[in-house]
Amino acid sequence: MRPFAYATPPDAREAVLAVAERPDASFLAGGTNIVDHLRLGVATPGLLVDVTALTSAEIEDLPDGGLRIGAAVRNSDLAADHRVRARYPVLAQALPSGASGQLRNMATTGGNPLQRTRCVYFQDVTTPCNKREPGSGCAAIGGATRNHAILGASEHCIATHPSDMAVALAALDAQVQVLGPDGDRTIPFTDLHTLPGSTPEHDTVLGHGDLITAIDVPALPLATRSRYRKVRDRASYAFALVSVAACLDVADGEVHDVRIALGGVAHKPWRAHRAEEALRGAPATDESYRAAAEAALTDALPQEGFDGGNAFKIPLLTGTLVSTLRELAGEETRT
Amino acid sequence: MTATLEPRAIGRDLARRDGAAKVRGTAVYADETPVADPLFCRIVQATVARGRVTEVDTADAAALDGVVTVLTSTDAERLASTDDAELAVLQGTEVGFRGQIVAAVLAETDEVAREAVDLVRVTYAAEEHDARLAADRDDLYTPESVNPTYPPDTHEGDMAAAMAEAPMTLEATYTTPMHHNNPMEPHATTALWDASGAGHLTLWDSTQGVHPVRQTVTQIFALEPEQVRVICPFVGGGFGSKGTPHANVIMAALAARAVPGRPVRFALTRQQMFSLAGYRTPTIQRMQLAAERDGRLRGIAIDVVEQTSRIKEFAEQTGVPTRNMYAASNRRTTHRLAALDVPVPSWMRAPGECPGMFGPEVAMDELAAALGIDPVELRIRNEPEVDPETGKPFSSRNLVACLREGAERFGWAGRDHRPGVRLEDGWWVGTGVAASVYPTMRMPKSTATVTYDAGRFVGRIGAADLGTGAWTVLPQITADALGVPVEDVDVLIGDTDHPEASVAGGSSGTTTWGSALVEAVREFRDKYGDHPHDGDAASGSVNPNAAEEDYAMSAFGAQFAEVRVHADTGEVRVPRLHGVFAAGRIVNPRLARSQFLGGMTMGLGMALHEQSLLDPRTGHVVNHDLAEYHVPANADVDDLQAHWIDEDDPYVNAMGSKGIGEIGIVGTAAAVANAAWHATGVRVRDLPVTLDRVLPAR
Amino acid sequence: METELTLQVDGATHRLRVDTRTSLLDALRQRLGATSPKKGCDHGQCGACTVLVGGRRILACLALAVAHDGAEVTTAAGLAPGPDEDHPVHRAFVDHDAFQCGYCTPGQVCSAVGVLDELERGWPSAVTADVAGGPDLADAGAVDREIAERMSGNLCRCGAYKGIRAAVAEVVGVAEGARR
Repeated sequence: MRPFAYATPPDAREAVLAVAERPDASFLAGGTNIVDHLRLGVATPGLLVDVTALTSAEIEDLPDGGLRIGAAVRNSDLAADHRVRARYPVLAQALPSGASGQLRNMATTGGNPLQRTRCVYFQDVTTPCNKREPGSGCAAIGGATRNHAILGASEHCIATHPSDMAVALAALDAQVQVLGPDGDRTIPFTDLHTLPGSTPEHDTVLGHGDLITAIDVPALPLATRSRYRKVRDRASYAFALVSVAACLDVADGEVHDVRIALGGVAHKPWRAHRAEEALRGAPATDESYRAAAEAALTDALPQEGFDGGNAFKIPLLTGTLVSTLRELAGEETRT
Repeated sequence: MTATLEPRAIGRDLARRDGAAKVRGTAVYADETPVADPLFCRIVQATVARGRVTEVDTADAAALDGVVTVLTSTDAERLASTDDAELAVLQGTEVGFRGQIVAAVLAETDEVAREAVDLVRVTYAAEEHDARLAADRDDLYTPESVNPTYPPDTHEGDMAAAMAEAPMTLEATYTTPMHHNNPMEPHATTALWDASGAGHLTLWDSTQGVHPVRQTVTQIFALEPEQVRVICPFVGGGFGSKGTPHANVIMAALAARAVPGRPVRFALTRQQMFSLAGYRTPTIQRMQLAAERDGRLRGIAIDVVEQTSRIKEFAEQTGVPTRNMYAASNRRTTHRLAALDVPVPSWMRAPGECPGMFGPEVAMDELAAALGIDPVELRIRNEPEVDPETGKPFSSRNLVACLREGAERFGWAGRDHRPGVRLEDGWWVGTGVAASVYPTMRMPKSTATVTYDAGRFVGRIGAADLGTGAWTVLPQITADALGVPVEDVDVLIGDTDHPEASVAGGSSGTTTWGSALVEAVREFRDKYGDHPHDGDAASGSVNPNAAEEDYAMSAFGAQFAEVRVHADTGEVRVPRLHGVFAAGRIVNPRLARSQFLGGMTMGLGMALHEQSLLDPRTGHVVNHDLAEYHVPANADVDDLQAHWIDEDDPYVNAMGSKGIGEIGIVGTAAAVANAAWHATGVRVRDLPVTLDRVLPAR
Repeated sequence: METELTLQVDGATHRLRVDTRTSLLDALRQRLGATSPKKGCDHGQCGACTVLVGGRRILACLALAVAHDGAEVTTAAGLAPGPDEDHPVHRAFVDHDAFQCGYCTPGQVCSAVGVLDELERGWPSAVTADVAGGPDLADAGAVDREIAERMSGNLCRCGAYKGIRAAVAEVVGVAEGARR
């Protein structure tokens, strides 16, 4: 593990400048991902800039009825917030589906979406990985691919994004508040993460020194009937094989409006616009839900692997989406 | 026949004596041993699976402030014995598997040691490696024996004829994947060589046997037993992986040798445990059953293919339980090995029985289904009168009683045997059963002493408590042998300064050490009667059990599982898992229950999750941590129950006890796989039963 | 690179110099000689290093010591109200034989104390049927599922989960009884 300096600047702007001016500087917040990576040799910063105390740890009401979540709000506090639980059940369910109670007490709102892939080859510095070491190759292709992407992958990288919270935020049309060396800007959450293409070393559109200061979740009445469904091998404390974040509004047996995002299938939380389009106006039936899954998976490309590969994710995701939407529609009928 | 002790303390529901220390965390484990000014050792591992180290550039590492020394095969001390290639640490340039130790760093702090290993640059002449196990390899060979000393093959009657002539036959291949023990405490040693030049070594090691560690270390370093002391009061789990010293122990001693007078700490990282601390070989089990229409077996055969490492043989006795389980006049068991460029396999909880009861017990379920016979009844119909292998009577065998009691408790009666017909709230529901077996073993060598001082009796024996409860149950046994209250007895363990004890392995600990303590007490009472004086002391050793000449001895059990498979996602859950065991007299029901449940929980992991993914392209286990190698988490366990039937076995030992540490894992995975079939109609013959393996059917 | 910091551990104040790379876990174990927080994986995957910081359960292996200057750390050894006294969770773990080898146990105990607090606050979990309403502590089956889910970040290879759940449930029950 390479030695590093540790700094606690007085405010967020100073922190941004401190990171921006050193190519080998990184932000430190909850630490749950970067400390792991320091120890694995995946991250080798020369300077860690601790921003834990420099961004808001508050959840504020926005004028439109939405919420502004400070970047320093811990995952556990966000999941416990009564406004989140009432207005965005999908987010309140996604958060405690991730990691463990201890980790959620550490991980932050700003850090969680920036956690890096759990691809075993990315995490092992003795194997090639284009994300960790651009141009070195992708050991995952043809390796153990059970947990890898079926959508949006490239010949350079087939990794998936591991966050649960991020899948819910993608469904909720969240906005990311970013403070950069050149000032503030707002990025739609669904544009935050990138597909690997030929530059898998980039997980997001953020530049060096860009700091997430808050995430805004807009008012979305539809979201009061929402759900996060995570499918994993272990009953708890495991990353998703696939997951579905869905908000559903059914009126007179027809889908009036819907939001769907998928986890465990791509390099980014996958907003399933095609599935949403297929569903709007369609009867609220299993048949429609299955058609929506088919629409979402039109371009799905499974990976072979010595572990059996990940073709199973196609029927698995279909089943998960159908069952999630069916349950949401059933909830609606009851209320 | 042994005179069985009158149970007074034996059988009592006593709390663990080390409980208060463990719940506070004040019980001290190997890596925490308080020593002055320790150095920290970290290792560099081979990144090729086969070849030769051509150069180790240590300059940058050695130049780092705080680094004391960098050890490579060029400068490490020559060991007196390198017969065991796994333990010949830094003795040559050959690489036998990916992950082998190729260099080590000693530094003043752990942080510097970690930094330094990253600066060591190793160059290899890599050779083409072979890490792919398959049943159709043309280089499979027959080992001389399988673990520990069983013949590799057995043949009774004419199995081929039985298969040709029986009215019902079944032939199928079952596989179990590579498994890793993964005790929660990583393998760790604190090592200290005396500074005086007397060549005395102290090892605070996390081990299942302090004396076996000493024996190995004295051989490798050419020392006398008096020169080595091994201490281990607490072990953070082992499950076989700490039963025999692995390279890490030799590494620690070798590193400390370079700095006499300074203690050295060396703990494997979790990731390193996947290449250096042993594992269970993957197994390929080709089963044949030849049966009458009423289900009675005419023949049973298992042909096993598994792996070992090219540098050292370990042959798992996967076919052995088939030799003793069911009556069948025609039987064949064979073992074939592939010697691959892979880490060295070793013991993992119930070697042989654990993987070796998967194929047979799923095959029995398939036979029951094919014949339309209740799978409980099918097993009862094949209950042998005597041990099918040796013809000896069993000292006690209560498999049938376990099956019946389990069926009763589980509510088996009236089960609809058709698969894939019960859908409840969106989950396919099914039930399954499998039998368990584990031999009752006594190790040939163990000695104990008993002394009396100031109103208390103190037993001493170098035994190990891996959570099994030795700190608690050995006083119970000693107290009953003495005929005194258990509160008046202490038994000290975990130190080679105590009399020599056998390894905590083969579920033999309580039987062996308890027998030694009973013998010591017998000597003590012969010498001093019932009214000893301060300082009175006696010693006794375990005797071979003469009854083993005349009787076959095993514990048996039956496991019942309910499985739910989500109709949309294939998620597999086990809402009920009940085991009933017949394992002689239970010395401490509270601790015994924990052992049975713990074994069953590990069996649940084997059933649903566990598999080490060895990438054949690199010979590397890629899921080498606890995030990707899934051991069961709390939420995976639901209604888990262990029961036992009272068994009075006068032949096994003075306590009337059989080993219980391993039988709980045996049969669990088969019961779950059988229940998954009953739920879905999908027969999973390859573990683990993950959702993708049951998903396609629906 | 070294830095100086203060840690309050189980009521005692320690001033120490550490490498910036030192985890809170290594500061406790290797520098202060604390044996209660254990190292099972060093990567946040097992829970053996669980301690309470400011009363909340965290993983000491993924915490940098340098970022915890002034932190109040409670380990399983420091939970007891007095030297010869038990915390109710200690007692319940022994009574229910909620461990075997004991290595994951101090982390389980700290985690259990954290869970008790989280249940008390009504925090939802992944198995809470009504996230808006919070966990249903009146239903024994729901409490068992809540405990199982919330304790799942603490792996136990000995498989003492059933005892762990019974122990935590007993303390939850006691706490509930005390409120009534």
